[in-house]
Amino acid sequence: MNAPVAKADAVDPFVAGHPEVKAFWDASAQDRFVLPFCKACSKTHWYPRAICPHCAGTEIEWRPAKGTGSIYTYSVMRHGSPYVIAYVTLDEGPTMMTNIVDCDINKVKVGQRVKVKFQAAQEGRKVPVFTPA
Amino acid sequence: MSIKGKAYIMGAYEHPTRNAPDKSVAQIHAEAARGALADAGLSKDDVDGYFCAGDAPGIGPLSMADYLGLTKLKHVDSTEIGGSSYIAHVSHAAQAIASGKCSVALVTLGGKPLSAPMPRPVFALAPDASFESGLGVVIANSYGMCAMRHMYEYGTTSEQLAWVKVAASHHAQYNAHAYKRNVVTVEQVLASPIIADPLHRLDCCVITDGGGALIVTSPEVAASLKRPRVKVIGAGESPKGQMGGEVDLTYTGAVRSGPAAFAEAGVRPADIKYASIYDSFTITVVMQLEDLGFCEKGKGGWFVADGNLIAGVGKLPFNTDGGGLCSNHPGNRGGLTKVLEAVRQLRGEAHPAVQVKNCDIALAHGTGGSLGVRHGSATVIMERE
Repeated sequence: MNAPVAKADAVDPFVAGHPEVKAFWDASAQDRFVLPFCKACSKTHWYPRAICPHCAGTEIEWRPAKGTGSIYTYSVMRHGSPYVIAYVTLDEGPTMMTNIVDCDINKVKVGQRVKVKFQAAQEGRKVPVFTPA
Repeated sequence: MSIKGKAYIMGAYEHPTRNAPDKSVAQIHAEAARGALADAGLSKDDVDGYFCAGDAPGIGPLSMADYLGLTKLKHVDSTEIGGSSYIAHVSHAAQAIASGKCSVALVTLGGKPLSAPMPRPVFALAPDASFESGLGVVIANSYGMCAMRHMYEYGTTSEQLAWVKVAASHHAQYNAHAYKRNVVTVEQVLASPIIADPLHRLDCCVITDGGGALIVTSPEVAASLKRPRVKVIGAGESPKGQMGGEVDLTYTGAVRSGPAAFAEAGVRPADIKYASIYDSFTITVVMQLEDLGFCEKGKGGWFVADGNLIAGVGKLPFNTDGGGLCSNHPGNRGGLTKVLEAVRQLRGEAHPAVQVKNCDIALAHGTGGSLGVRHGSATVIMERE
């Protein structure tokens, strides 16, 4: 695991290329999970963007998320070093693609409760992944 | 305006190679183009419309049209929706022909992921990339997630999925060019190693070099040619993604592309004598069959079981060339070969062991990109004239 990067956008092209979601990465760098909430339609969306994909509203507010949810589906990649890819439905509504980590990969289940943790990507940004709740 | 009856598929060619270390990708495109033109009885200087997708090396139609020596072009299209692109190209060619933009359209595909595999490119500026790249989402586990949810929602089983591969293998034994010609059993599929839960190795398509090409013409040009005429009678397309987080992996874009194609053609699923269904994985087939209306939603597993997709055995003969699961998935893109086998069936030129009797109406459907992430769907319905 890489050490947290203070200014992720200085080094991570996946952060630098998307100024519209800088607030997300600034929060995640401090292990805080925030979600984009649209003040026009009162919906939270994923993945984050500056214009609401539900109503095209432009007033997006970054709200603290509970960091909990349930596994919508998953797959254990067994070709090579095994890991779990999943979609997790957050308690705030949206379903997001993520990894399930720090778990027994043979006991992961659809519907399982999970909670967020942050893990540094290769390029530096800290991405939300989930672990059994 | 409808495309029904406005265009005909008059040339079809599948490159026989499945492993081409000594050919360039552009060369595979060119050899396929030559084959399709020869099949139609046309020359390259008859081509005034050119269609290619993301597998075309260089700047899409600019590089390839120049390489191919296509100097009479009046229309180009590089719609890129992954492996389903070429099915959409047939529809786009018919639209261009119907509106007078061209009269002889060439569609080409070529790639060599077997002999010269390259990592899938990651574009840091793709809007989803910062949230998805690095998680290890690849093609196999993306489809694995679809299969996992389908099993959870509907009770679909690995045995049912295996029947899709079994049917494809029954067909591939008759195809001299098929990459895998051995007939397999449900037990063999289930005994093959898990690649990405719940998909086994034999639930996955083959990886092959190869290519293919199609010639789509106006009715006037078609009437001047000697080959059997395959009329384009309906088409539909639709992309589907994650819907802002309202992710639903239980259905595909075929829920829109299918009904659009059937409505334009004026036929129903029961009228389809042969179906080419994109088979990147066994689950892909099950979900598309449901969404195209060949069976009730959630019942795809039961529909494909017990040989129902085997020509001469079941109710819906599919992928009689062996499909992507056994024969060919050129350039990791299976849409063009789906049209090719449908054309063979409508012409009565499929292998006699798998030729569907009185095959007058056929469907080809493709899924491109990644079903579990974001994908394109394209459907075309064709009729023998």
